Amino acid sequence: MDFALTDEQRMLEETLTRLVANQVSPEQRRTMLASAPNGASALWRTFAELGLLHMPFSEDVGGLGGDGTDLMIIMQALGHGLVPEAYLAGLVLPGKLLALTANNDQQTEWLTPLLEGEHQLAFAWQEHSARYDALAIATQATQTDGQWQLQGRKDVVLNLEAAAATLVTARLDNGKLGLFIVPADAPGTSTHLYRTIDDQSAGDLTLDSVTLPLANCLSENVSEALAEVLALGRAALCAQAIGAMEEACDQTLAYLKERKQFGLPLATFQALQHRMVDMHLHLEQSRSMAILAATSLTQPASERDYKIAAAKAYCGESARFIAEQAIQLHGGMGMSEECYVASYAKHLVMFDHYLGDSDYHLETVSDLLTAA
Amino acid sequence: MNLTFSPEEQAFRAEVRRFLADALPSDISERVRLGRHLRANDHLRWQNILSEQGWLASNWPKEHGGPGWGPVHRHIFDEECAAAHAPTIVPFGVNMVAPVIMKFGSAAQQRRYLPRILSNQDWWCQGYSEPGAGSDLAGLNTRAVLDGDDYIVNGQKTWTTLGQHANMLFCLVRTDPDAKKQAGISFLLIDMQTPGITVRPIITLDGAHEVNEVFLDNVRVPLENRVGEEGQGWTCAKFLLTHERTGIAGLGHAKQALRHLKSLASRIEHRGKPLLALPSFRHRVVKAEIELMALEVTNLRVIAAARDGGVPGAESSLLKVRGSELRQELSELTRRALGPAALPFFPDFLYGEGSLDDDRAQSAAASAQYFNRRKLSIYGGANEIQKSIVAKTILNM
Repeated sequence: MDFALTDEQRMLEETLTRLVANQVSPEQRRTMLASAPNGASALWRTFAELGLLHMPFSEDVGGLGGDGTDLMIIMQALGHGLVPEAYLAGLVLPGKLLALTANNDQQTEWLTPLLEGEHQLAFAWQEHSARYDALAIATQATQTDGQWQLQGRKDVVLNLEAAAATLVTARLDNGKLGLFIVPADAPGTSTHLYRTIDDQSAGDLTLDSVTLPLANCLSENVSEALAEVLALGRAALCAQAIGAMEEACDQTLAYLKERKQFGLPLATFQALQHRMVDMHLHLEQSRSMAILAATSLTQPASERDYKIAAAKAYCGESARFIAEQAIQLHGGMGMSEECYVASYAKHLVMFDHYLGDSDYHLETVSDLLTAA
Repeated sequence: MNLTFSPEEQAFRAEVRRFLADALPSDISERVRLGRHLRANDHLRWQNILSEQGWLASNWPKEHGGPGWGPVHRHIFDEECAAAHAPTIVPFGVNMVAPVIMKFGSAAQQRRYLPRILSNQDWWCQGYSEPGAGSDLAGLNTRAVLDGDDYIVNGQKTWTTLGQHANMLFCLVRTDPDAKKQAGISFLLIDMQTPGITVRPIITLDGAHEVNEVFLDNVRVPLENRVGEEGQGWTCAKFLLTHERTGIAGLGHAKQALRHLKSLASRIEHRGKPLLALPSFRHRVVKAEIELMALEVTNLRVIAAARDGGVPGAESSLLKVRGSELRQELSELTRRALGPAALPFFPDFLYGEGSLDDDRAQSAAASAQYFNRRKLSIYGGANEIQKSIVAKTILNM
């Protein structure tokens, strides 16, 4: 039992904390968000130089072999600064899927340049009528004349605008779930791009008789790899939320100490002290769940999925609680877009909508609950 | 990071489990399982068995006769004891006054009292709270006036747990009414046989006699029974309240309560299906299960920090708040699970020697325990006090 970071991990944490503090101030973040994402920002190049793009991948695909804790450190730092880079959506999730499914040629074509920072990808797993169910896929893939044809529509694909290609799940004729890589310029694709309410770049992807060579099929039975990658993504999101929760709590506490009403700092009022403590309790309990999630990634699938569902459900509710209290304790200021904590509050509320919300994950825990 | 116990720790867990299976008398564990109160002799029988094994004083260093365990071993021991329905050790001697005597007591006090605690010769109780001093403990009014080589003590203590069985009382008294609130307090060890001491039961809302009032009327206490200097009592009291609080979440008890709840809700039927399948009920069980997971990891974080030389400070307030809330929720769900069977009240069975048919016996304690568990968020510093401690010491508000 050990909760301490290794020396390397502490260094990684310090480096990232410095990087976020220096390069992702509120103003710098606004500037980044004002330009269209292209997957090749200065910050992304810095990530590449620091080895962050190699970190979460195993050595056998050219990565650095980082574990759940390493990923947690990175995601937490990104959450701290609400860093507008698609580290999870554009690198980790599609990269992990490639690492699990792609053959050597496919890895050379798609994974190697991803790790080198030469392109970003996207992962399209959601569909309009399926809510959070990654297996209820209506998009069809049919193999004819030595090629694949895809037909369907994918919803809220993160990093779609910057991605050189998108990994797409589709139902095969035999009922199994397949995985395909669809280049951004493939004929028959069309996109509707937008920002999410918490400032992420996303879009809908329509596939209208998209024809792909056989080499673009990554897997004809992706369910297991999909579960593994979604678990990883959920653990990573929990860690990111911890970073954002810490920052929201810190900003709120600082505001309570600085803001005076009735001639006294708000921090002297017991009702507000206890509410602040409740936020802190939610943060610390959520941190425990994020640690549980990060350390369960290597466990057998059922144990992993149980713990990660519990963590995501728990962090989802805590994140919303902290977001709402942060707004409330900032009073009218918390309602203004200019107030930085509002950005954190938005992210923390919408965190629950990524990769399954609390209801979705509570159902998983409920399904896996052992009776005694 | 990893959350797994080392092979040595796992072997220790197996050793504790074996010991409990062999040594814990089944009539005692059955009483604990059914939520019946233990008789004084039940406590003593079990504590003597532990003492013989060398495991009674789990938080004592070896030099005083403890097993020399670290926080991880103590955690494992507590968890296994709760799972086996072993009685909770009466904490006032071994866990509360003993560390104070070790830290602040004279050599003579250590020689006299520590072996008697270890051998269960003395049963200690606590004289802290007063009718006018609850959360504001330093507002206590019990007076001690020096008269020759004795203090003359006058006042009233309350909420004295199991004081009806005790022969020794550790007591906070005001020795200097003119000093600042905290500075005028001293820490005395008082023989309960001394003339002028009266113990009166307080019956709690669950019908139990667990706590007492202790009246002190011109009680003569030898000067040598003061621990530390005059006016140092508050330091002793604070030390006692912060000493070894890694067990404060009651994790072992919460785990046992959840196991019991799930097993109960699987057996009890609701419209022909197990109650655990009823969505609204299952939802609350699931939430409790997840809260327990979070609490367990937080507890392990605090234990690991203590193991690595840190002093659990305000984090124990967090464990206290969330641990008490969870245990209260579990007692609420257990009571609800029983439905109408939670209504009958059998104090003779719970608190005496009355007998019940097996069916009623299994469900007899749930409602009484629910009411009893309300104390968890009140004693040892009410949860609101704990939040104020976090606000002050962690958040610097």
